[in-house]
Amino acid sequence: MQNSGALYIRAQVLQAIRRFFTERGFLEVETPFRIPANAPEEFIDPVPTLASWQLQTSPEICMKRLLCRGYDKIFQICRCWRADERGSRHLTEFTMLEWYRSNADYHNLMQDCVGLLQQVADTCSEGACFKRNSLKIDPNQTWLHFSVQEAFLRFAKANALVSAQNGLFDELLTDRIEPALEKFEVPVILQDYPAQLAALARLKTEAPDFAERFELYVGGLELANGFSELTDPFEQRARFEEANRIRQQMGKSELPLPEPFLAELSAMPPAAGIALGVDRLVMLTVGADCIDQVVAFTPESL
Amino acid sequence: MLSVADLKKGTKLILDGDPYVVTAFDFVKPGKGQALYKCKMKNMISGSTLDRTYRSGESFEPAGMDERDMEYLYKEGTHYTFMDQQSYEQVVMEEDAVGDAKNFLLENTKVAVLLFGDKPIGVTLPNFINLRVTQTDPWLKGDTSGSDSKPATVETGYVLRVPPFIEEGELIVIDTRTGEYSTRVKG
Repeated sequence: MQNSGALYIRAQVLQAIRRFFTERGFLEVETPFRIPANAPEEFIDPVPTLASWQLQTSPEICMKRLLCRGYDKIFQICRCWRADERGSRHLTEFTMLEWYRSNADYHNLMQDCVGLLQQVADTCSEGACFKRNSLKIDPNQTWLHFSVQEAFLRFAKANALVSAQNGLFDELLTDRIEPALEKFEVPVILQDYPAQLAALARLKTEAPDFAERFELYVGGLELANGFSELTDPFEQRARFEEANRIRQQMGKSELPLPEPFLAELSAMPPAAGIALGVDRLVMLTVGADCIDQVVAFTPESL
Repeated sequence: MLSVADLKKGTKLILDGDPYVVTAFDFVKPGKGQALYKCKMKNMISGSTLDRTYRSGESFEPAGMDERDMEYLYKEGTHYTFMDQQSYEQVVMEEDAVGDAKNFLLENTKVAVLLFGDKPIGVTLPNFINLRVTQTDPWLKGDTSGSDSKPATVETGYVLRVPPFIEEGELIVIDTRTGEYSTRVKG
């Protein structure tokens, strides 16, 4: 028997998210799930569909095109698909929340995260706290911030830039850093990722080895990934082509480029955007160990 | 060959020449990073466990296992000898590999032996096995201690709890999965 209350809390969390954004003047939008091209990424494989289109891996391409058309504060709750991603915190089909702000940077998104998590915890969870591995995490206390470099030096005794170059970044993050983040009783923000690990993010002007990208962790569980958006179409095309070059080296298929997005990108105002895993937010709200406990059906049960 | 996509709980594979079974498995993927496959594995011969993390693209040799019907013949020191029911070939297994099954093995018992290549690494017994009680205290009718079981030794030397009415020389049925008394063989 699964946690019988999880679907009720899931519905409350969805309502709390909608209330949070509509109260702050965000427009709820819907964009197509089936698209001709996602943003090519080294390690994200789209699910192919008829006529060589793909299911979206994220609604980012269409949402940024809406920013270009002048919609300045938008959010969307939608299904996304990523091939072969299945584990205790992954489903191939999952629910994503994304929101975008014009004339803003990643600091504004961090503030949004604080307000959103406080509202969800206050209205949907027992004791206004999130739960993970029998630990209570209180979003109403002051959050912790570490730069990625600080976290690597402190928890992995390694340099983040060197680790990104020698290919050990992901292993160190999952084996040393995420376990260290599990112990904090407040949400933690890891910010300023090595530039090569942020395909669509703006570089920090004062430290161009790092990008204005952050990840939100609650109880060691990665919940959201946000950044100050790259608005240079030439740089963006070069990064997409680089991702495809690395995919080829790994023996993976090259992915089509989202040409209309690249064509409109020069019209995009300075902006920031973020993606948050709704299933994981529900896991934290109900204290579920496994993503299977917070959805009505898993792929295996269909 | 197996790929990382084949890894799941129960997958048997060869690492450094030894057969391992995957006892716990999870898929993790940090940020926009690469997929990592975390496994806990148990050595099927020594029982030791280890943790390994794999990336996509890695491949593994499956551990070819074969289970054969055999008859237990005899024991010499710490060596147990079994005979293949089809080929009449004899195989010898160390006491460690026989494990708890030794508590229930009588000569001529029919079992299944798990082989890794030519090496026997485990025995599966029938779920229920009949053994004769060789020693147990008599049931005192006036016993008011309220105890509803007493120790008994069976012909293999194994000691278990049985109901008070079981007497020496009786045949009892034991559940080999739990090692517990199941019922008395009537007649």
